[in-house]
Amino acid sequence: MLNDHIHLSYEIVSEDFARAGEAASDVKRVLKKMNVKPDIVRKVAIALYEGEINMVIHSLGGTIDVYIMPNEIQMKLEDIGPGIEDIDKAMEEGYSTASETIRNMGFGAGMGLPNMKRYVDDLDIKSGLGQGTRITMRVIL
Amino acid sequence: MTVEALIKSNIFTVVNEGKVDNMISNVFCCDLLSIAMSRIPEESAWVTVMGNMNTIAVASLAEVSCIILAEGIVLDEMSLAKAKEQDITVFYTEKPIFEAGIEIYKLINHG
Ligand SMILES: Nc1ncnc2c1ncn2[C@@H]1O[C@H](COP(=O)(O)OP(=O)(O)OP(=O)(O)O)[C@@H](O)[C@H]1O
Ligand SMILES: [Mg+2]
Repeated sequence: MLNDHIHLSYEIVSEDFARAGEAASDVKRVLKKMNVKPDIVRKVAIALYEGEINMVIHSLGGTIDVYIMPNEIQMKLEDIGPGIEDIDKAMEEGYSTASETIRNMGFGAGMGLPNMKRYVDDLDIKSGLGQGTRITMRVIL
Repeated sequence: MTVEALIKSNIFTVVNEGKVDNMISNVFCCDLLSIAMSRIPEESAWVTVMGNMNTIAVASLAEVSCIILAEGIVLDEMSLAKAKEQDITVFYTEKPIFEAGIEIYKLINHG
């Protein structure tokens, strides 16, 4: 991971809907410029957007680091809390704690985490109540 | 059909004229963004009642051909600015989602 890779880094601000999606957009732009296959670009863009918007909606903020390596793309999302109490439950399709306001914006289907799982080759979530959430996603090239 | 052809058909009001040479081969109707994000087929006109910034972000990431806001939903100013910046064509109609979708479907299939 140290040699021969591109590192992109983004600050994610809680409830900043004006900028939500910019990290995913930027990564998509870079991958396209590198002539990465369209289906890979699509997978990365969807998974990263879902992770990014979850940080905007559900977390107090954090950072996204993306490593583009010769054989894989790694996305590391880390926020400062409040964390996910029951990860298995959060992974279920349809499970959502989104508020009425958030639902009125079109979120809260409880499909974000399941989408992430579907579109990446490896998804690892580390979290706990009051701990913040660390998500690592890998897409093999 | 292209977005330009949809504009010329005059069935909807143009809110923002972005890219107009995009092809429209499908109509996709959905308001839940996580479902739309993962399910929108290529070359889609996306009909929705969600007229906020997140709609624009999803449209851009999913590369939809254009957005049609149905049921008289108005795009707020910040979202309009974002649509301009992202070069996305947005239409307005008072028709319900299904009717708006059917109109586009007819144009795609019967010209
Ligand atoms: N970064 C996070 N911090 C805290 N809680 C989170 C985080 N990401 C997800 N969650 C929790 O997991 C639940 C499920 O997330 P998921 O993305 O699947 O659905 P959603 O965001 O509620 O709705 P959708 O993504 O369909 O708009 C959320 O409702 C929230 O309770
Ligand atoms: Mg989500």
